[in-house]
Amino acid sequence: MEFDPFLYIQALFDGLLAGIMYSLVALGFVLIFKASGVFNFAQGTMVLMAALTFVSLLEMGWNILLAGAVTIAALVLLALAIERVVLRPLVNQAPIILFMATIGLNFVIEGGTQMVWGSDPHSLELGDPYASFEIGPLFFNNNELYAAVVAALLVAGLAIFFQKTRIGRALRAVADDHQAALSVGIPLQTIWVVVWTVAGIVAFVAGVVWGGRLGVQFSLALLALKALPVLILGGFTSIPGAIVGGLIVGASEKIAELLAFDLFGVGGVENFFPYLLAMVFLMFRPEGLFGDKIIERV
Amino acid sequence: MLYRECGQFKSTYRDDQSIFPIAQDRWALWIALAVAIFVVPTIGSDYWLGSIFIPFLIYALAALGLNLLTGYAGLLSLGTAGFMAVGAFATYNLMIRIPDLPFLVAIILGGLIAAAVGVLFGLPSLRIKGFYLAVATLAAQFTIEWVLTTFGWFTNYDASGVISAPPIEMFGYEFKSATSRYLLTLSIVVVLALAAKNMVRSSIGRSWMAIRDMDVAAEVIGIRLLRTKLLAFAISSFYCGVAGALWAFLYLGTVEPQAFDLNRSFQILFMIIIGGLGSILGSFLGAAFIVLLPILINNAAGLFGGAIPADVVSNFELVVFGSLIIFFLIVEPQGLARLWQITKEKLRMWPFPH
Repeated sequence: MEFDPFLYIQALFDGLLAGIMYSLVALGFVLIFKASGVFNFAQGTMVLMAALTFVSLLEMGWNILLAGAVTIAALVLLALAIERVVLRPLVNQAPIILFMATIGLNFVIEGGTQMVWGSDPHSLELGDPYASFEIGPLFFNNNELYAAVVAALLVAGLAIFFQKTRIGRALRAVADDHQAALSVGIPLQTIWVVVWTVAGIVAFVAGVVWGGRLGVQFSLALLALKALPVLILGGFTSIPGAIVGGLIVGASEKIAELLAFDLFGVGGVENFFPYLLAMVFLMFRPEGLFGDKIIERV
Repeated sequence: MLYRECGQFKSTYRDDQSIFPIAQDRWALWIALAVAIFVVPTIGSDYWLGSIFIPFLIYALAALGLNLLTGYAGLLSLGTAGFMAVGAFATYNLMIRIPDLPFLVAIILGGLIAAAVGVLFGLPSLRIKGFYLAVATLAAQFTIEWVLTTFGWFTNYDASGVISAPPIEMFGYEFKSATSRYLLTLSIVVVLALAAKNMVRSSIGRSWMAIRDMDVAAEVIGIRLLRTKLLAFAISSFYCGVAGALWAFLYLGTVEPQAFDLNRSFQILFMIIIGGLGSILGSFLGAAFIVLLPILINNAAGLFGGAIPADVVSNFELVVFGSLIIFFLIVEPQGLARLWQITKEKLRMWPFPH
């Protein structure tokens, strides 16, 4: 097989752009993990729920702003319900129990969303999906570049929210130490609702961006699984980690796919490569690139 | 009145160490076995035996395997179905490539191959635990699925990647009818369940529990973490591998790698959550629950005369599943097995309150 360096450079850029979108999903995980120590397995279905609600409302002829507002309202309601029904009774349980509870939550949201809106795939038109431009021999898709810009804006917005606002500071306090935060008068339950709402909004953005690319359908929920290796690489508690991890996963899986095809003639490597990468990574640096050092020997 | 150990004296060490120290428990077990062996095959129709009892037993076996790993050793795994697939495909390849290999030997060898793969993917457990480990086992799930679908050798170059089980013969008898397949499955499951029950009360099971409860303390009292954890992975994968082989050979007859996808892994994880983590009985209760619940929901939907479309029903099933998981984690984190235990404790006191 002839070796074509441009193919690899193209794959690298495609991968990086896809990686930004993985980062968007991973961001939701990091937010919730930081504030409540819960590993939220349902993040992927939250992406599905937000995107499906939004698209269905649009298809019913709603105004785009109104549909967005109603979707966000639905996400706030969801956050309230989760805090009241799932988190509050399970407070102080082992993280593994909470993790399993979010697997249950995952199924409730998935089933509930598809019961309301049906399980047919929808398409989400965000401009021309095939519009692209070239630099030299490389192609870039416009929508993917927009997605990258949106992700960058979102991260900047979150950074400001966390560093400068009152609620953002409270969130960081809760993340540092639940008890200390409680004792200085930060209402833990409100914070949880806020953080799940923010994670929901991140899921909404991710859903719209991914939905524009893949169509709004069930496979959106599976993105959550791709976000797991991103988190392992970047660290569970780091927002920059989620971004960098996403880029690494996106780029490496595309390159690995191409390389495996060139060398061995097999395809489909990208489906499992990130997990193997994460597994190997875990052996050497369990806390991820930017995560908090876990002082715990197993 | 009916259920108490009062008056049952133990006069030998053997009595004292028996698996079920209370006579009523032993009788209940014998009665359950007798029902399973004699009554179920006579009154059960082919549909009930072939489509409900056989999968129930196989699920119970896989749940048992996962329970040894997750419930007893405290190592969370999302790769159960992957290990089942290894068992199924290893057994298949052994059967078609080695002529005249007895079925039971093939299943055991298939289980051992699954165990070896399990150990390989269990290696990260030496450094990580909790949901970090879940990600590592996810790697097992996806990698195994990919290997089996990509390389034609494993499916004997079948165009659609589906394997068809060769007929199973033992001692000149062909296991073809639903009843015979049910009885064969039952005997394998009973033997393995008994082995598991014994395992968890011997030194190996106790060292698993020690690691689950506090690994540092376990290490201090001299339990070798490396060996014990890898052994947990090996034995658990062996059980899952055998379950996978039974799934392919005795339940469906034909199977493709996609039959062992991530959802299957989750399903088995739910069985042990609902049934009870760290309980042999719980694996069976959880499997029964998850196998019967969809049938129940479908029948309940059928009462409305088909007014509810099928996709709504299947989504409703998801909602019920999820809610039950959350419900169980909140109300009774130790599952159905714990409820059974509470009932037994109440029975011992009954009819007097104290």
